[in-house]
Amino acid sequence: MRIKAQVAMVMHLDKCIGCHTCSVTCKNVWTNRPGMEYVWYNNVETRPGLGYPKQWENTDRYKGGWVLRKGKLQLRAGGPVAKLANIFYNPHMAELDDFYEPWTYDFEHLHWREKGGSLPVARPKSMITGEFIDQPEWGSNWDDDIAGGSEVVPLDPNVQKLQEHIAMEYEKTFMMYLPRICEHCLNPSCVASCPTGALYKRDEDGIVLVDHDACRGWRFCQNGCPYHKVYYNWNTHKAEKCNFCYPRTEAGLPTICSETCVGRIRYIGVVLYDADKVKAAASVEDPKELYEAQLSVFLDPFDPEVIEKAQEQGINHSWIQSAQDSPIYKMAMKWKIALPLHPEYRTLPMVWYVPPLSPIMNHITNEHELSADGYIPAVDQMRIPLEYLASILAADDTKVIRKVLLKMAAMRVYMRSKTVGGLDKTKLDKLLKEADTTAEELEEMARLLAVAKYNERFVIPTGRREMDEDLHYKTGACSIEDLAPPEGMVTYPFGRSGTE
Amino acid sequence: MEELFWWIIFPYVCGTILIVASFYRFVFRGKSWTAPSTEIFGKKWLRMASVVFHYGIIFAFIGHVMGVLIPIEVYESMGIDEHTYHLFAIAGGGVAGLMVVFGLVVMLIRKFSLPRVRVHTSFGDYFAIVLLLLVAGLGTYMTLIYNTTVVSYEYRFTIGPWFRSLFTFNPLSQLMLGVPTLFKVHVILAFVLFAAIPFTRLVHMFSFPLRYPTRAPQQYRSRDGYNKNSR
Repeated sequence: MRIKAQVAMVMHLDKCIGCHTCSVTCKNVWTNRPGMEYVWYNNVETRPGLGYPKQWENTDRYKGGWVLRKGKLQLRAGGPVAKLANIFYNPHMAELDDFYEPWTYDFEHLHWREKGGSLPVARPKSMITGEFIDQPEWGSNWDDDIAGGSEVVPLDPNVQKLQEHIAMEYEKTFMMYLPRICEHCLNPSCVASCPTGALYKRDEDGIVLVDHDACRGWRFCQNGCPYHKVYYNWNTHKAEKCNFCYPRTEAGLPTICSETCVGRIRYIGVVLYDADKVKAAASVEDPKELYEAQLSVFLDPFDPEVIEKAQEQGINHSWIQSAQDSPIYKMAMKWKIALPLHPEYRTLPMVWYVPPLSPIMNHITNEHELSADGYIPAVDQMRIPLEYLASILAADDTKVIRKVLLKMAAMRVYMRSKTVGGLDKTKLDKLLKEADTTAEELEEMARLLAVAKYNERFVIPTGRREMDEDLHYKTGACSIEDLAPPEGMVTYPFGRSGTE
Repeated sequence: MEELFWWIIFPYVCGTILIVASFYRFVFRGKSWTAPSTEIFGKKWLRMASVVFHYGIIFAFIGHVMGVLIPIEVYESMGIDEHTYHLFAIAGGGVAGLMVVFGLVVMLIRKFSLPRVRVHTSFGDYFAIVLLLLVAGLGTYMTLIYNTTVVSYEYRFTIGPWFRSLFTFNPLSQLMLGVPTLFKVHVILAFVLFAAIPFTRLVHMFSFPLRYPTRAPQQYRSRDGYNKNSR
């Protein structure tokens, strides 16, 4: 047993209002630099929709993640030898137009244009070429709130998989928000795709990082990640990615996207897992079994044997305690209401999602007396098709989604009955049995999902920097100092020093 | 004068620049050490240009090892006569040279014609491509046309021994005096190219990730100074 600790996140999609505050704060902290204008470590997608980059789930095109070939786990884009043969040109890599060409506006024009005539306008100007863009055709969240409707929705790879035709009539449409960051996978395919070994998983907290001294810009990580969450900085010619705000988590603070989340949908905590089991879990034959296989690698932080082994292997007391209080452990492993994003990519992702409930399609006549009997079939009639959610969160296994939605619905019925009644002993027992849960569990769930305070949602042990050497020097030092271009050396094409 | 400057001083100056500047860049400007790809700006023509060029230049490199680094005596002892050698050298070298020239020309056209790429192409990028084009173009011309129409020049008696003697610090510079001018220009431009490597995008040639197939797919690393057992 090789015990490792992993910081992980749960996003409760039922609470996401799609406000993009997470994206904006993340952008302002990490990617507002030349070369990174098109990059969003955190983005919120409206689904059904294309996503960012367009159709990132189209694994036939980008060849991300792992596949099982003759029982062996292999990178979909090809192993090391195939990669070295392709090193001069990466045939599967996305180009800028798959994201979008970033632009700013010619605001200066508003200041110097002379008075009179038409209203002055600030024309869009490319941040890549410095040329005016007469008609931007795609941008970040271009298809927000299913804008583009019937033209965009059918291009969603998950929609394309659905058997039945998705109705685009107003009364029958559905949508949900999917905020995405790097998954900090247990079996990251970006790390395995890197020819130089510049990407690595941090031993102490599982955060996947890029070593910029080692990165040579071969770009295989970019499409090797099936979630397309490693980006190419065209200015420094190196890969950059979400770093789980490690300077914050090391200080016990949540990531900036979680901190600023208006809907408080995000939870952060530590889980313990057995690194020796990861490969076997990623190699199970049936993609539908990957979810259960992934759950099997996690360890019970209350098990005395696990605690003893973990301490032997250098995981300190505060980390074990955090693993015991971890909201992630509760939601993903104990209650099983949070699911991994696209488990079929075999990367064992560590950002988990509680699938959203949605309004019931058919009109319910007895709504005022709706209880146990009423809610169970309701789960199957929700607006967001089970198949669609299953395609995103459960490798097309609708049973998994149904189980979670039942539990979530049961929680609502139960909590409602506590204040307004309407649930006698027989009905309650039936509800608990159908949803495979207990009253205590539902109450605990309601507490964490609805009223939990900051310290319950974010249980993050510190990075133990107090034992570092040279601590005095490190105070106030910026860990990405070398990355950002120094002051006065801005490399925008239209503002490059020395060329103007 | 020519003998002293071009065939003794100049090659050593270029070689020194190559070694010292490469070390300097690796150590003090390490974060600039990449293969500065523009694939993100557009994949158009890149597959054709980049793949053909790179494979071509690898073949050309092997060809130069065979022609310049391996002494003619080795071939003689293996029973390969001059005629057979030149047949292979002209055929193989010609194909490799044409690949390199073709790839470079398409790369250059791509740099001019894709606006996103053009904006982000620096002087150093053009310098590297044009210099490579001059060296490779001259080499291809010598292999395919000069060799077959003017004279089939036996460089293995002159340029080869001279180049090898540079490494033993006992340069046989007098061997270079009778070499045809075209060959001399090719050699001099090649040394300019060697000296340019550390200052341009060409440095990425030293970073070919040969160890990739043998390393473990997953990499774990602790942060610097992380003290595992601090409680």
